[in-house]
Amino acid sequence: MSEQQLFKVTIDNITINVAPGTSILQAARSIGGDVAPPAMCFYSKLQGSGGKCRTCLVEVSKGSEKDPRPMPKLVASCRTTVMDGMEVKNITSNKVNEARAGVVEFLLINHPLDCPICDQAGECHLQDLGYEHGKAGTRYEFQRRTFQKHDIGPYIQLHMTRCILCYRCVYTADQLTNKREHGVLSRGDHSEIATYIEKAMDNDFIGNVIDVCPVGALTDKTFRFKNRVWFTKPVDAHRDCPICAGKVQLWMRGDEVFRVTARKDEWGEIKDTADGKTGWICNDCRFEKKNVSDWVIEGPSVINRHSVIAQGHYLGLKQPEETIVKVMHGQNPRFFMDIHDVSEVNRLGIDLSLIEGPATSDTFNELKKD
Amino acid sequence: MKLLLEKNHVAGIRGYEVYRREGGYRSVEKAMKMSPAEIVDEVKKSGLRGRGGAGFPTGMKWSFIAKPEGVPRHLVCNADESEPGTFKDRYLMEFLPHLLIEGLIVSSYALGSNVTYIYIRGEYAWIVDILEQAITEANNNGWLGKNILGTGFDCQIYVQRGAGAYICGEETALIESLEGKRGNPRIKPPFPAIKGVWDRPTVVNNVETLAAIVPIINMGGEEYAKIGVGKSTGTKLLSACGNINKPGVYEIDMTISVEEFIYSNEYCGGIANGKKLKACIPGGSSVPILPANLLLKTAKGETRYMNYESLSDGGFATGSMMGSGGFIVLDEDQCVVKHTYTLARFYRHESCGQCSPCREGTGWMEKILKSIDSGKGKMSDINLLWDIQSKIEGNTICPLGDAAAWPVAAAIRHFRDEFEWHVLNPDECLKRNYGLAHYADEIHVPVTA
Ligand SMILES: Cc1cc2nc3c(=O)[nH]c(=O)nc-3n(C[C@H](O)[C@H](O)[C@H](O)COP(=O)(O)O)c2cc1C
Ligand code: SF4
Ligand code: SF4
Ligand code: FES
Repeated sequence: MSEQQLFKVTIDNITINVAPGTSILQAARSIGGDVAPPAMCFYSKLQGSGGKCRTCLVEVSKGSEKDPRPMPKLVASCRTTVMDGMEVKNITSNKVNEARAGVVEFLLINHPLDCPICDQAGECHLQDLGYEHGKAGTRYEFQRRTFQKHDIGPYIQLHMTRCILCYRCVYTADQLTNKREHGVLSRGDHSEIATYIEKAMDNDFIGNVIDVCPVGALTDKTFRFKNRVWFTKPVDAHRDCPICAGKVQLWMRGDEVFRVTARKDEWGEIKDTADGKTGWICNDCRFEKKNVSDWVIEGPSVINRHSVIAQGHYLGLKQPEETIVKVMHGQNPRFFMDIHDVSEVNRLGIDLSLIEGPATSDTFNELKKD
Repeated sequence: MKLLLEKNHVAGIRGYEVYRREGGYRSVEKAMKMSPAEIVDEVKKSGLRGRGGAGFPTGMKWSFIAKPEGVPRHLVCNADESEPGTFKDRYLMEFLPHLLIEGLIVSSYALGSNVTYIYIRGEYAWIVDILEQAITEANNNGWLGKNILGTGFDCQIYVQRGAGAYICGEETALIESLEGKRGNPRIKPPFPAIKGVWDRPTVVNNVETLAAIVPIINMGGEEYAKIGVGKSTGTKLLSACGNINKPGVYEIDMTISVEEFIYSNEYCGGIANGKKLKACIPGGSSVPILPANLLLKTAKGETRYMNYESLSDGGFATGSMMGSGGFIVLDEDQCVVKHTYTLARFYRHESCGQCSPCREGTGWMEKILKSIDSGKGKMSDINLLWDIQSKIEGNTICPLGDAAAWPVAAAIRHFRDEFEWHVLNPDECLKRNYGLAHYADEIHVPVTA
């Protein structure tokens, strides 16, 4: 068999070869770093996802070798496949940066910005997006949209006010469970994720909606308000589970397991297990196994996500390659701060269980001195 | 010139007997002697452009439909007509239901659709009965069903009611809704011509487009193309409303001027109550509003005509669009800010909410317009509105985002002074005492003979 013909695609002046059928987003992710557009709704493990949030818009300045015309509008990179010879501008396009700043503003106008009391803070994709593409102030002067909190079943709480309507949880429930569990009610800015009547979402795998939710709209009731994620240390662990593969991440402080999640990759998506299947975990592993003795600990997880969570100085931390300065000819047009360098928490060798109550960088520096 | 509405005043034309006696279903007899490809060719020659809003050439659209072996294809008639100001399809279906059915049979044959759907807006409940009656009559007389006219072609038409969402007029949302799902537009590609209803190749056409197939087959594509001008061939239905003496549905050939359409007694009969013309939205709520001076004459000072090319002359800077033919006229007493607020409220309510710019942007624009309209606006709000609409336009999944952005952009482009007046005179706007004649664009007074 002859080798599969590859397509040449250039993104922000970096050229690579990818298989036909690859989306622009996936191609950009294979380059990595800043060249990869932010994606709030696309989730490579969920069929049909993407196209909705519009944060991944890019400019196609050359359609293909055969038809070099540029595309008239910005396109959603997650749902546009590459063509041979295609040239794409992401961070090197002013049009993209402007449109993206617009999308971030739209996503934030009705968001409660209650990060200080939100369990997702620290690993929230919207927070990361705000850091990197947002503006310092808001131009929105009206009351923000709010909803009642809903308990959907014994394990999950839905706080619709924080939802960005990415539909990931809808696809997860549709594709992972054997009956439709929930969906979207109403239209436009009054639409909401709901089970229609306040019904429990009741399925062995429904807990995965928490992992796919990019914001703090779906939270783990067994973890709510127990700890900030950056005060917990992630550890890879497994158990012999009759329902799922049982390969998880424990988020620990001292000997206490605060939270169990699936293992995630650098894009915040659930990793594949050794057999190539997505490592969804079951409710039992996620919500019921909160003792160290339930698990075989493999060792500290490598956190390599481009996110606030990665600023913790975790063991083996691998920061993504920064391409921004390179492709922008030495410029570094970030608004706020490098999210990998904002605080001092979670230095290696610090025993988090020694810290009582709220902690700041100073607390960590103190501990380091001892 | 009348092709579609030629017989609409014949008593009993809604029923099969009279419709047939008046020459109905001739086009089916003629078409069944032709090959499907020949029909598509006639439609191409006719120059017919889609009447649903975008004006895409129908013959070309038909030739794009994929024909994979063994996969059924579908024709869907878009009767969702929910654009504010547009009510031409309703008239056609209500008074000449057999004309639509006849057009559907010919088109189904041309496209190879054995199962054809009419997706009708839920609010047109009584029209569903009229259409179903017509379908039954057509069935009973051998125009539908198995082996039509002995050709071996089978066809059935079903009417599906929507549940009251404007977005279900967008063709891919319509398809989702037809399949029984939530009416969210699909992300394209793939286009319906490749994957439409149940992932089968599908053509979605407007009611008026499909009705126009009847005269095209009867008279031949070339003859049809001789009516009208340039790329605006054939006749067009317009639904005229607002401050005119004779609101209603009119059929025109696209050679008359906008001025004639508004002021002649054959059509709108002039502005009501002796008022003056201030502005007009020529093609349904989604297209840009034009002030009187730019409506009647293009920026180059040429007469503006009621056709696709002339209405869009000057692009969005000084022109508008033919759109879906909803002709909304505003007289000198109407407030453009209030009017724009009303439209913004509509789009906010009708956004499906899938993509963030449209979902959040439409709500934001509505709130700002409401505050300007009620005398609580700031000068900076006007530029903010401009910025918001520019960040929605072109960045959304479906054209509803554009349709929400354009009216706001056009209102600010042509009537910025009116927005400023609202900011500077909050008390007077609260009293709804707009004093518009003082600050609106030059108001048109027709030359009286
Ligand atoms: C928000 C939205 C609403 C629409 N509503 C209608 C409608 O009510 N009727 C219609 O014929 N086309 C409507 N369209 C246009 C359709 O998507 C499609 O272009 C049209 O049905 C094609 O038919 P045509 O080629 O005969 O014009 C709408 C489009 C959008 C974006
Ligand atoms: S609840 Fe979370 S996952 Fe579900 S749509 Fe909202 S933001 Fe997306
Ligand atoms: S543009 Fe508006 S209506 Fe269209 S898909 Fe996006 S949110 Fe829905
Ligand atoms: S990630 Fe592509 S549109 Fe949301």
